[in-house]
Amino acid sequence: MTGIASIRELMTRNMRQSGIYIAFVLIIALFAILTDGLLLSPGNISNIVLQYSYILILAIGMVIVIIAGHIDLSVGSVVAFTGAVAATLVIKDGQPWWVGVVAALVVGLLVGAWQGFWVAFVGIPAFIVTLAGMLLFRGATLLVLDNISLSPFPREYGQIASGFQNGLIGGQGFDAFTLVVFGIAVAGYAFSQWRSRQAKLRYQQVVEAFPLFVLKIALTGAVVMWFAYQLATSRGLPNVLIILAVLIIVYGLVTNRTVFGRHVYAIGGNLSAAQLSGVKVKWVNFWIMTNMGFLAGVAGAVYSSRSNGAQPAAGNMFELDAIAACFIGGAAVTGGVGRVSGAMVGGLIMGVMSNGMQLMGIDQSVQQVVKGLVLLLAVAFDVYNKRRASGSR
Amino acid sequence: MSNTILEMRSITKTFPGVKALQDVNLSVERGEIHAICGENGAGKSTLMKVLSGVYPHGTYDGQIGFDGTLAEFSSINDSEAVGIVIIHQELALVPYLSVAENIFLGNEQRGRGGLIDWNHTNSEAAKLLARVGLDENPTTPVGQLGVGKQQLIEIAKALSKEVKLLILDEPTAALNDTDSEHLLDLLRHLKGQGITSIMISHKLNEIEKIADRTTIIRDGRTIETLDMSEPTSTQDRIIKGMVGRDLEHRYPERTPNIGEEVLRVENWTVNHPTQLGRVVVDGASFDVRAGEVVGIAGLMGAGRTELAMSIFGRSYGRDITGRVYKRGQEIKIRSVSEAIDHGIAYATEDRKKYGLNLIEDIKRNISAAGLPKLSSRGWVNGNEEIKVAEEYRASMNIKAPSVLSVVGKLSGGNQQKVVLSKWIYTDADVLILDEPTRGIDVGAKYEIYTIINRLVAAGKAVVVISSELPELLGICDRIYTLAFGRITGQVPVAEASQERLMALMTQEKEQEQA
Repeated sequence: MTGIASIRELMTRNMRQSGIYIAFVLIIALFAILTDGLLLSPGNISNIVLQYSYILILAIGMVIVIIAGHIDLSVGSVVAFTGAVAATLVIKDGQPWWVGVVAALVVGLLVGAWQGFWVAFVGIPAFIVTLAGMLLFRGATLLVLDNISLSPFPREYGQIASGFQNGLIGGQGFDAFTLVVFGIAVAGYAFSQWRSRQAKLRYQQVVEAFPLFVLKIALTGAVVMWFAYQLATSRGLPNVLIILAVLIIVYGLVTNRTVFGRHVYAIGGNLSAAQLSGVKVKWVNFWIMTNMGFLAGVAGAVYSSRSNGAQPAAGNMFELDAIAACFIGGAAVTGGVGRVSGAMVGGLIMGVMSNGMQLMGIDQSVQQVVKGLVLLLAVAFDVYNKRRASGSR
Repeated sequence: MSNTILEMRSITKTFPGVKALQDVNLSVERGEIHAICGENGAGKSTLMKVLSGVYPHGTYDGQIGFDGTLAEFSSINDSEAVGIVIIHQELALVPYLSVAENIFLGNEQRGRGGLIDWNHTNSEAAKLLARVGLDENPTTPVGQLGVGKQQLIEIAKALSKEVKLLILDEPTAALNDTDSEHLLDLLRHLKGQGITSIMISHKLNEIEKIADRTTIIRDGRTIETLDMSEPTSTQDRIIKGMVGRDLEHRYPERTPNIGEEVLRVENWTVNHPTQLGRVVVDGASFDVRAGEVVGIAGLMGAGRTELAMSIFGRSYGRDITGRVYKRGQEIKIRSVSEAIDHGIAYATEDRKKYGLNLIEDIKRNISAAGLPKLSSRGWVNGNEEIKVAEEYRASMNIKAPSVLSVVGKLSGGNQQKVVLSKWIYTDADVLILDEPTRGIDVGAKYEIYTIINRLVAAGKAVVVISSELPELLGICDRIYTLAFGRITGQVPVAEASQERLMALMTQEKEQEQA
């Protein structure tokens, strides 16, 4: 089974997955043209990252929940609740900023464990548990905040989401530190790709031709470095981007390379078969929901930091944005299918669209309509693809 | 007009890249029972889909003549309108609706004002039920009835549509012997009323019993049509046509080399998970030794699957009592993962529902139960996984372009090989195989038997649960019989016969004391 895979094979091997990337590029191109290049201006690019970071963080947890065949409707309320707890501690009680962050994460974990308990061990569908959680934690937010907004946070807390790493090692007109960090990241990426290619060769598997491999790395590196340069000429490296990158890498590996990740896919693909293959379904479900709570806590800290306070209505509808990101990114409604990377691209598609439409001055109401249609079309495309695939036999 | 009700002439149906049917001819006489035989994937179902309009006119080449006119169906409604009704292997009944509602689903009996006339509906349903010989109240929810009765309701539904040609796809696959017999009787009875039937079946003894003629399809072509009244038209003759060669032995030879006892179950009792006080398995004891194939024979509902699943990490039932010994040591198995750790494997009877993740590829299905072997500290070695899967693809002869092929698209036999690979990879010492050859074709069955032989030759202990007695007699060293949750007998294969096993399988409790 040794041989060299062609570009065509690489493209068609995962039509659904490559489809989403192509769509992403087209959407960026479309809005870049419509906004006369404003979309791709350095300042705006870092804005998109900042604006959608918490949705992307939520989407990471949500895609795992969805792969396992569940759903989580409560994340918006949990974002508000964890943010409210952090704000109360930091703003009202004058605790240091990191106490607020730790509190948000711990509260998120506890909320997740609470929901996980009902889903996994009592056996109530996640839809119901988290629908209850949506009401419950919204109510809890109001209780904690006593129905009023709290602000502002001390400067350090605000740095989490609004801060940048800038000027650490200087640079002329651009931030050298940002470029160095990205350079290291690209080098790390190239190295890990090369190692994985070597491992595949050791196992005598099909790999792409070496020039193609180099081209792939070079292209990816070029796009990433261009992105880095845009950031560097703007405000530098956003702290949030670091958090997001770490989460994406960690969860990407967890879903693809760990036994736990496999079990998540197995449960979503066929629950009974997973059970009869020795998967501890209850515990896996428990950890999936707990993890979602934890990530909602992270998003809660980021969001409260970004909005520089806690509001009773914070995080409203976040759950729907996160769910939409997953489905646009190729997750299956029936479970068993989905990828963290897909959900990220799905989230960015929505982000770029909203941002682009905002730049064009399109009304909020129209934006909603467009977003709804995109979600519908993305899933329709998925269904169409599946039907074609099954019809070809 | 001739006496031919259906004439399909040189039907060719191509899917992208595959020629599913090629110049297939099928001619069915009015009022006959016509069997269609062929290995899985030979094109039987495709042919029936062409006939019933699932693949509309224009998507295939060739002509269909039905009842003297040229038929050009563009949907299944068109074919039903002229009296062709197809009953699929997977029954299409709504479990929560009543018998009568199911019979008239899509064909509701309306009274004045367009509202459903329930009295008329129920009385018509009762008449139809009488015609198929089913004594049930039309208002009973279908979900409360067994598979055999549901099959009859499907036929009643077909009769309500004034059926002329009834197509049954594997009608007896899920039925026990009594229900199958009843169904075959009904087909004969309907034949007397002038209804023509086409029956797709793998059960050659049934075809031999009931069919007037048999058409054999292989690799998308019609091979021949046999007149079943000819003395030469035997089961072996059909098999020869299906596989294109003589299958001298349906079961591969094996010289038993039986060693130490590997698993012993004592006094195993299992209660029904929801119906309190109902004992499903009652004090069952059995053992299996290394290098031995032990059969468990029992009718549907005897508790075979329940026995196996309750041992396999308490996957079924409640209030389970009894002891399990592995190589003489008592072991406690509280979960499936503990069962796997103790070297026990269980391949389910329903591989699509309980055995496989159909949307995943071959490699991930093979590794599903053996991930601990492929991982260190929670990280899976994906390359090793592919290597392992490739090894099994080769050694088990799984026919697929690569281990990245999605399992849902494989044929039944290949899916079963994936299930077996999964369990063999866990290094189990005891493999409990529940109906390992259900719904797969003759050639693949032989391969599965060969795999079983290979396993016992390697010193594994194998328990085979099957409702096909010839199969048990062909591959086992010892056969236990299970009736009404109790082990009623243990017969070495040399002393066993179908009659003796059947007698034990139907033995009720009272007879025990006598």
